[in-house]
Amino acid sequence: MMKVTVKLFATLRHNRFKVAEHEYSAAPTILAVAEELAIPREELALTMVNGILVSVEHVLQDGDTLSIFPPVGGG
Amino acid sequence: MASLSEFLLSRLEDEMISWQVQQEAANRFKLTTSQIEEEILNAGFLPARYQRNCKTISVAEQQLLFRSRVTVIGCGGLGGYVLEELARLGVGQLVAVDHDVFEEHNLNRQLLATISTLGRFKADVVAERIASINPAVEFVPIKEAFARENSERLLAGSQVVVDGLDTIGTRLLLSSVCRELAIPLVHGAICGWFGQVATQFPGEDTLEKLYLRCTEDRGMEKIYGNPSFTPATVASLQTAEVCKILLGRGSLLRKRVLCLNLLAMELDELQL
Repeated sequence: MMKVTVKLFATLRHNRFKVAEHEYSAAPTILAVAEELAIPREELALTMVNGILVSVEHVLQDGDTLSIFPPVGGG
Repeated sequence: MASLSEFLLSRLEDEMISWQVQQEAANRFKLTTSQIEEEILNAGFLPARYQRNCKTISVAEQQLLFRSRVTVIGCGGLGGYVLEELARLGVGQLVAVDHDVFEEHNLNRQLLATISTLGRFKADVVAERIASINPAVEFVPIKEAFARENSERLLAGSQVVVDGLDTIGTRLLLSSVCRELAIPLVHGAICGWFGQVATQFPGEDTLEKLYLRCTEDRGMEKIYGNPSFTPATVASLQTAEVCKILLGRGSLLRKRVLCLNLLAMELDELQL
């Protein structure tokens, strides 16, 4: 089993959580984690692993911290 | 008749010239209050309106601000506050670009949206507001939508451009044009309780990193809208960035974005 810390920001916390530890039997992509959390792809504006900007296809490793930010575009 | 410098010197109080004297000098010497302000600053004195900038902004820096030109794209939630703050700060030339009129749904958050300004062009209302705060600011209202075709003309001669837009596609265009013209861009965006601020210098691609993955032109604000305090907060952070760029001081939000959560009162800084 591998563990990933998932941090959600801004509107993504609504009906979800701020931070949670998830366990996976196989290394998931960010897209798979988002799907599990019912976060639509268009709400994945910034995905960072251990503070580094990565693509949604990025495969997570044991001990990673994934942070997800939604698109903010108003003025 | 005394020369302008003699006129000003004889009316100096605590190394400052009052607004009343500035106006009298303009009338007497057939100059604009902007020209008088320049004369006061060139002589090393301070228009009295800036006295509470005290040790935060020196007389030499006040002169630097007066000689600067900043263009604000969008006069809505962010742009309205940014323009107000830049005019009070003493930036000498301001350009505001917006083709919209005030509508009722702007009243919850846009500084210059009032019952009496509904239906009026935002750029015209900003012009009146700035003239009422500081007539020495040269203000250029442009009632056009920012587009590739007019972009170079609108931004020409600006030391800094401020993003007060509300669509992602136009932001990416603005970013690209600022890069081509080698002008620093101060980005701000809002959504409900949340906002973000970043400063992009020529050669950097901060806005592309923030938005290139976005397939839609609007972010989550299409669902959550924007309350009164989020634009005011983000606009003030943007204005501080503009001030620092113009003065060459402090640490800028370059290659990083500051994410604000006013609900949890958290600030997160992401390296981009």
